[in-house]
Parts: sequence; structure tokens; C-alpha cells
Amino acid sequence: MVVPIAYYLVLSAILFSIGVAAFLIKRNIISIFMSIELMLNAVNLTFVAFAHQWHQVSGQIFVFFVMVVAAAEAAVGLAIIIAIFRTRNTLDVDHVDLMKL
Amino acid sequence: MTSSLHLWLIPLVPFAGFLVNGLLGRRFPKALVTTVALIATLIPFVQVANIALHFSSLTLPYTEQVATWITAGNFHADFAFALDQLTLIMLLVVTGVGFLIHIYSVGYMAEEEGYWRFFAYLNLFMFFMLTLVLAENFLLMFVGWEGVGLASYLLIGFYLTKDSAANAGKKAFVVNRIGDFGFLLAMFLLIAHFGTLSFSEVFNQVAQHPEWQGGFLTAIALFLILGATGKSAQIPLYVWLPDAMEGPTPVSALIHAATMVTAGVYMVVRTHAIFDRSPFALSTIAVIGTATALFAATIGLVQTDIKRVLAYSTVSQLGYMFLACGVAAYSSGIFHLLTHAFFKALLFLSAGSVIHALGGEQDMRVMGGLRKKIPITFWTMTMAVLAICGVFPFAGFFSKDEILYQAFISPNGLGKILWFVGLLTAGLTSFYMFRLWYLTFFGESRAQAAAHDDHGHGHGHGVHESSWVMLTPLVILAILSVIGGWVGVPEAMGGHAEIAHFLSPVTGAAHEAAEGRSMELLLAAVSLSVAAIGWFIAHLMYFMKPELPAQLASKVRGIYLLLLNKYWVDQLYGAVVVAPILLISRYVLKGLFDTGVITGGGMAIGYSAQGLGALVQRVQSGNIRSYAGWLALGAAALLLLTYVGFGTHLLFR
Repeated sequence: MVVPIAYYLVLSAILFSIGVAAFLIKRNIISIFMSIELMLNAVNLTFVAFAHQWHQVSGQIFVFFVMVVAAAEAAVGLAIIIAIFRTRNTLDVDHVDLMKL
Repeated sequence: MTSSLHLWLIPLVPFAGFLVNGLLGRRFPKALVTTVALIATLIPFVQVANIALHFSSLTLPYTEQVATWITAGNFHADFAFALDQLTLIMLLVVTGVGFLIHIYSVGYMAEEEGYWRFFAYLNLFMFFMLTLVLAENFLLMFVGWEGVGLASYLLIGFYLTKDSAANAGKKAFVVNRIGDFGFLLAMFLLIAHFGTLSFSEVFNQVAQHPEWQGGFLTAIALFLILGATGKSAQIPLYVWLPDAMEGPTPVSALIHAATMVTAGVYMVVRTHAIFDRSPFALSTIAVIGTATALFAATIGLVQTDIKRVLAYSTVSQLGYMFLACGVAAYSSGIFHLLTHAFFKALLFLSAGSVIHALGGEQDMRVMGGLRKKIPITFWTMTMAVLAICGVFPFAGFFSKDEILYQAFISPNGLGKILWFVGLLTAGLTSFYMFRLWYLTFFGESRAQAAAHDDHGHGHGHGVHESSWVMLTPLVILAILSVIGGWVGVPEAMGGHAEIAHFLSPVTGAAHEAAEGRSMELLLAAVSLSVAAIGWFIAHLMYFMKPELPAQLASKVRGIYLLLLNKYWVDQLYGAVVVAPILLISRYVLKGLFDTGVITGGGMAIGYSAQGLGALVQRVQSGNIRSYAGWLALGAAALLLLTYVGFGTHLLFR
């Protein structure tokens, strides 16, 4: 049985929307960070779905790129978060608005 | 001679001298500055002399196209130099007298601050003056024209710590600008009517259209006259020249007597093809020249500063040259220009030698009795005085008489009046020059009496003859002042009027009167006797009865004061021209326009940018969630746009 592509896309859209909503609502930097990851993976899902649909490998390659970038981003992002926490003892973004450490 | 004459080298060598001395002169020893400056003037002189020697083998007019300067559509102006008889005479005067004055300056300026600066400026002046003379089109001439104004400004204000010198420089520059404005307008008219600024092309077009009389040619001529009155110190723009005497004396001799101030005369003669078509413009020149000659001579009668007397005499003599141009006797004008360059340069240099001997004193009232103390200066000065007064057979006699004769026989209805005023001026000239001569060299020295006064800075002691580096140019110029007129001995006196014949390819043949030679001789005798009367009065007043001038001055006190204050022309210009301009500048232009429009406009732009910034800066709050919100909103808007469609689709559906 073949799952139609629309299913994947709807799931992806739902995941992405959850990511956006969480990004806007959450105050904890870690949570915001996680919601970004969620959006990235929602996009990954569409890539994979289309790659499967059109039998093209480039979509899958893009996914690998996205994962590599996400990993790098996670490393940098977590480092920034730790630096912020060390100087301010808080992870609430509403209290981190001075545009400097 | 078919090979190139390399005319471009003539102005460029002094320019190189200016660059070397101007950029590096401060660190040079004096001897090196002197060498550079003298060589930079000697080379052009030698080149010009060489050209003069081979002159008969040249095909004239010789032009030299160095480079294209400006092209715009059909119009083009080039770096082009031309050589003809008129140019050659001017070149000889400028380089010859210029070189002599350079030598003189070595002695005169030896003790001055800024020795290198002085010679750099002098070389700069030579560059521009030679450019002016050699130029083949109006635009290049204008470059020289402006450039000599600049050099003149720099040299008048040479003693830059002296307030009066700086002001005199500014005055000269500003007044000259008024004249230059006329020159510019004339050039615009020329471009509009001829489409070119080249001398040969313009004059060819004029020659091909004999039906062009007056009209726009008069307009061009009148604007050129305005330019000439500025540069050559004629009414109404003569006021700068007497003040220009603030500059060092060699500068007065070179720029404000022998060369630069004659540029106006040169320009009129150069463009005489235009003036010939406009009797009105010619009459204007003649009247301006004659009026200036008389006006300046009357002021010169009572001045007490030796250099100012000479300055007014220069203005007066330039008036004669204008008179000659105005009666279409161009070669006579150039002849007087030539002799005047010799004797007026000599007068100034001798005056400089006197001033030098007295340690800086310029007031004739405290001179006197110098004949025995500085004999060589005395004798050279005597030659010059005799020459300017028109005593036979000195240089001024032939040239001045030629002008008066030409005015007399001129078909112009004003001719006889012009002649009479010119004659009267000759008498006045004779009087004030001999007055200067007697006051300076004869009688008892009045220096001692004045030494108790305020301005006693050691004069009267150590009066000394100048060194030979200064005296040599004096002697050479004295010889030239004697024999310089012999190139133009009129045929009536057994001469051949060589200069008129020499210039005739450029200026056209000179007039010959029906009355013929006896008339010319008679007029010469009349002017000689007038000069003699002038001398006699001066002799009476300043030698026989030295108490007479003071009595006379108190008798006609009104006239005396009028003359002493130069007819209050400076004050009149100050009240009528300068004060309104200052008021308008200060209140309308500065108060209203500058602070109102320019500063106000700038402030308005600045404040509106600030206000806008204050509004927009709220967006950049630093709050990540607000950024995220804007980001999401933007993404949603983009999404919506892609769904509905961009561009025309969105606008027209």
C-alpha cells in the first residue's frame, strides 16, 4: 500500500506550524531552540516525501545537508545558551533583550 | 625655416622654474633659488631672441597646435600657440624686461623673508604672461589673463603679514574679476556667433562678411573693453593699480607697469578686426583712454608717495595707449607700449633703488638731495623722466607724439578734442615727473628734519648706492629708454617708422594725413613746448621757490584736497558698490539664504531623519520574540502573496 504524498505534506505542515507556534509562544531559550529543530525536521519530511514521489535522490541529499547544518547550529546555539546562562542566570528570552551578553 | 619653433617651451620653462622653486625652494640655499629663477627666464628670452633673429625667414602667422583641450560638438578649443609680428614684440618685451627685472630682484629682495617664494611667483607670472601673449584662441588667452591676475594678487600681497598689502591684493583681484566677467561674456557671444574661439577663424569670418557692422560686434567689443579696463587699469576699474604699489617694487615694475597692465592694450590690438567694425566701440575706447590719461595725471600731481606717483603715471600712460587704439592707430599703441615698458620699468626700478638706498622710505617729502649720494640711480632716473615727458630724442617722444598725431588726424569727430586733452595730459605728465625728480634728487635732504617724527627708522643715515646687480638692469633700461623710440621715428623726421611697417601685416596700414609732414612736425613742436612748460612750472615750484607749492595748495585748497583724495573715487565706490554688496551679502545672502535656506534645509533634513529613526527604532527592541513575530508575519505575508500571485496579477485583478 502506497501512502499518498498529501498525507506527508499535511503532517509536515502540522509539524511546522507547531514549531512556529512554539517558537512564538515559548520563553525558555531551550524550548525555542527545540521548536526550530522541529521546523527543520518538518521541512526534511517534505524533502524526503518528494524525493520518494519523483524518484529523485537530490531531495535526500538536501536532507543530509539540512541535518549537518542543524548539528552545527546546535553546537553553536547551545554554546551561546550556556554563555547567556552563565552571565545572566536566566534562560527567559524576555529578559535577554540588551543585544549584548 | 620649416622646423618647429617649439613655442610651447617659452611659457613652460618658467612654469618649471615655478614648480622647482615653489615646491623645493624653501630648502634651497639662496644661490640655487636665484639660479633656477634666472635660468627659467633666460631660456625663454634666448629662444625669443633666436626667433627674432630668424624672423624674416618665417612664414607668418606661424601657429603651433600642441594638443586638443576641449571638444564639444562642433566647438573645440586647443592648446594652440601663434606667432606673428605683434606677438614677437610682446614676447621681446615680456622676456627681455622680465629677465632684467629678475636680475634686479636678486639685489632688491636679497634681505627679504620668503626670497624663494618671491621668485617662484615671478616665474609663475612669466608663465601666465607668455601664455597670454602666445595664445591662438580667446580661451587660452583667458587662461593667461586669469593667471597673471593670480600672480599679481600673490605678489601684491607678498608681504602677507602687512594688512594693507593683503587688502590691496584682494582689491586688485576683485576689481580684475569684474573685468574678467566682461571678457567671459565676450567669449560667450563669440561662441554663439562664430562657433569658435580661434583668433584666425573668427577674424576670417569677420573679413568674409563686410556687411557685419556694429550690432553684435559692438556688443562683443564693449565686453572686451570691460575686460581691458579691468586688466589695464582704466576708468572705471583703475582703482586697484595705485593700491597695488603695496607689493615689492620689482613687482610694480614688471607686472604693474611693463607687462601685465598692458595686456588689455594687447588684447584690443589683437582683436582689432572686431573693433574696426564698430566705430562706437572705438570711440568708447578713445574716450575712456583720454579721460583716464587726464584723470590719473591730475591725481598724480599731488601724490607724495614716490611709487604712487608712478602708479598714476602708469594709469595715465595706459590711457594714451587706449587712445591710440581708439583712433585705430594700433601700431602706435603697441609702439607706446614698447617704449613705456622700458621707461616705466626703469622709473620703478630707479624708484626702488632710491627706496632701497633710504632703507624703505617712500615719502618724497622726506627725500631730497640724493643726486650726489646715488649718482647712477639719479642718471638712470633722469633718462626715464626725460623719456616719459616726451623730450626729443628719448623714447617717449616718438611714441607719444605718434599717438597724439594719430588722434589729431583721426577721421573721428572727437579727434581734435582727444588730441587737446592728450596734449594737456602731456604737460601734466611733464610737471609731475619733474616734480618727483626735483623732490627726490635736488635741494637739501629733508630726511633729518623728519627723523624726529614718528617714522624715523634710521633713514638719512647710511644712504648708499645700490649694488651692481641692481644697477646693471637700470643702465640697460636707461639705454633702451633713450634709443627705444628710434625704431619708430616717423617719416616726417627723416625716419622710416619701422615699427608701423613691421606691424602692418597684423594691424593694417597706418593712417597718413593729407596735411602731410609739416603738420606732424608742427604738432611735435607743440607737444615739446607743452612738455617744456610742464618742466618749467615744476622747476619754478620745486627748485626755485620751494615754498610756493604749500602756498598754492592753501590758496586752492578745495581742488588740492580733491586731488589729494583722488577725487574720493575709492570712497564713492565704497559707498555705492561695496557697501550695498556687503549689506546684501550680510543680511540677505548670509542671514536669509545661508542660515535660512542652506543651514535650515540641512537641519530640517537632519531632524526628519532623526524623527523617522526614533519611530523605527522601536522595532529593534532586542526582544527575540518580537523579532520572531515579525519574521512569522513576513513569512505569512509572502505565503499569501505566492498564493494570490505577485505583480500585475495582484494589482489588476
